[in-house]
Amino acid sequence: MAENPGTPLLDVRGVTKSFGHGRRRLTAVDGVDIRVERGQTLGLVGESGCGKSTLARVVLGLERPDAGSVRFDGTDPFTLKGRELLAWRRRVQMVFQDPFASLNARMSAADLVGEPWRTHRDIVPTARERDRRVHELLSLVGLRESDAHRYPNEFSGGQRQRIGIARALALEPDLIVCDEPVSALDLSVQAQVLNVLSELRERLGVSYVFISHDLSVVRYVSDRVAVMYLGKVIEHGRADDVFDRPLHPYTAALMSSAPRLEVSGAAHDTEIPLRGEIPSPYGIPSGCRFRTRCWKSEPRCAETAPAAISREPAAHTGREPHEALCHFPLDG
Amino acid sequence: MKPSALPSPTATGRPALEVEGLRVDLHTPSGTVRAVDGVGFGVHKGRTLALLGESGCGKSMTALSIAGLLDPVAEVTGGSVRVSGTELVGLGRAERRKLAGPVLSIVFQDALAALNPVQPVGRQLAEPFRIHRGLSRRQAAEKAVELMTRVGIPEPRLRARSYPHQFSGGMRQRLLIAMAVALDPDVLIADEPTTALDVTVQAQIMRLLRDLQTERDMALVLITHDLAVVARHADDVVVMYAGNVVEAGPVREVFSRPRHPYTRALLDSVPEHAVRGRPLPAVPGSPPELSAVPSGCVFQARCPLADDRCARERPALEPVGASRSAACHFSEELDRG
Repeated sequence: MAENPGTPLLDVRGVTKSFGHGRRRLTAVDGVDIRVERGQTLGLVGESGCGKSTLARVVLGLERPDAGSVRFDGTDPFTLKGRELLAWRRRVQMVFQDPFASLNARMSAADLVGEPWRTHRDIVPTARERDRRVHELLSLVGLRESDAHRYPNEFSGGQRQRIGIARALALEPDLIVCDEPVSALDLSVQAQVLNVLSELRERLGVSYVFISHDLSVVRYVSDRVAVMYLGKVIEHGRADDVFDRPLHPYTAALMSSAPRLEVSGAAHDTEIPLRGEIPSPYGIPSGCRFRTRCWKSEPRCAETAPAAISREPAAHTGREPHEALCHFPLDG
Repeated sequence: MKPSALPSPTATGRPALEVEGLRVDLHTPSGTVRAVDGVGFGVHKGRTLALLGESGCGKSMTALSIAGLLDPVAEVTGGSVRVSGTELVGLGRAERRKLAGPVLSIVFQDALAALNPVQPVGRQLAEPFRIHRGLSRRQAAEKAVELMTRVGIPEPRLRARSYPHQFSGGMRQRLLIAMAVALDPDVLIADEPTTALDVTVQAQIMRLLRDLQTERDMALVLITHDLAVVARHADDVVVMYAGNVVEAGPVREVFSRPRHPYTRALLDSVPEHAVRGRPLPAVPGSPPELSAVPSGCVFQARCPLADDRCARERPALEPVGASRSAACHFSEELDRG
């Protein structure tokens, strides 16, 4: 379906989005760049209020950015109208966090999966074709044909999330935005759903923007990772580079705070404690926005906002950049 | 009597909390189901025990029955809960209330729901001192400010007049912890205390809990579904599935050499060591409904090792090694790899 194979599938540059007016103006996303290549997964990491969901809404075309540009397969979706807009919308779909809240309890699995076709009428024309396609989609996500006539309350959390994924796939999208797709699921079921997502990537070549607070999940699914803090991407790079050799102190602290499985009495020594909590987005600190919690901060951090610094990528990674916004990056 | 998670070799004397053969039934419109089926364990002062399991496994129900806070549709139908030697099962409401605070207390997951929204937090924190210690309003208020200082609330004197909604999630959790430790309980139960919080705040809260535990020599029971929290913060772990204890023992040993297929499956499901592009070793299916727990082994339907015997006969929780126990017909085989 890719029409412009030379360009990235999604190219977001300098996107800013604010809400409210005057003193109650809140800049949720502030000059953010992200890129997703075809068939790849971008992990979006950050704590609540960092702007990751607003950014996802911009990518889905649900929020128009105040500044900056969004290019999807080379086109700016915000210039599209009518049929062209409708045709674009089917190429970007979403999987929601809560499979209990996001499915209409009065619709059967088949109706839920087929509902998008009522808007996008040209995709599956005949009734017979429709049934065949529903069964195909259900089996793609590991459900049975006989599940088609069951209702959401007859499914477990993991099965509901599979329905949510099948529904997103119904329009054959190029990109799926997954907003915490497994965080409402039990651990033993979470692995099943992650496997479905990566299988689909293999088979259909679909790309993902994968939002999660669970760092081990993000590392497992992502090719590249962007770390957000108070509306800015403060570090991005190949997943292994960002996880193994973080540049930004916030990334390092986030990684160290996330509890790990290894049972080790020394774990507490490696944990980097952060001061305080995330400042209110109405009162973003001057200069570097992380400085109020950073153990490396110096007067300069309050005066000027840090520019992007980059690290020479390791030889085997090719030329994929690894960048961070920091005056005093870590040596790694 | 079912064997419990045996006290660790380093701890001496009697555990501060002893639970034996605890059974809880739920009376639902479609019949009575067993939510907790013979759960037992012991926790010494200064030690942390984690009750680990997925949603619906009965871990929270166990915690609530220990605290005497079960919903009216749930009923403790058997077993014993002793805190510092006092039997709690069968105790009347008034006697329970005397123990709630000075002997046993609980921290809930949702701090906003657990605090009174229409009362300043200082008043709420002062309450235990007024009720249990009979302090005057002024003395109790002073104690409340001390507590707020201890749990790291900035400008405590000023903030004592604020209402719960005026605090962040992390600060509210600190207030709840302050209230729980106000009267120096012997046993503190924390039910998913950090689940609703961001990771950097989670780390702060866990550190606070640990510091308070050491400082006040409390036995801590951590209810969680998060394996990594258990690995980092608990000494012993009790793994629950469908209302039953399937494995128990020191975290270090259980996590490095699980003796129950469910524990092993849980550990395998964590993507921490997984290689990108390779499928995770997922367990098929999902936990059984409480109304449809099989008569044999509770995990048989999802277990790769299950055979006829597992369908016929429920394995008892038997000692495996010095301070561990597991409920599996194949726990020996698991140990050999």
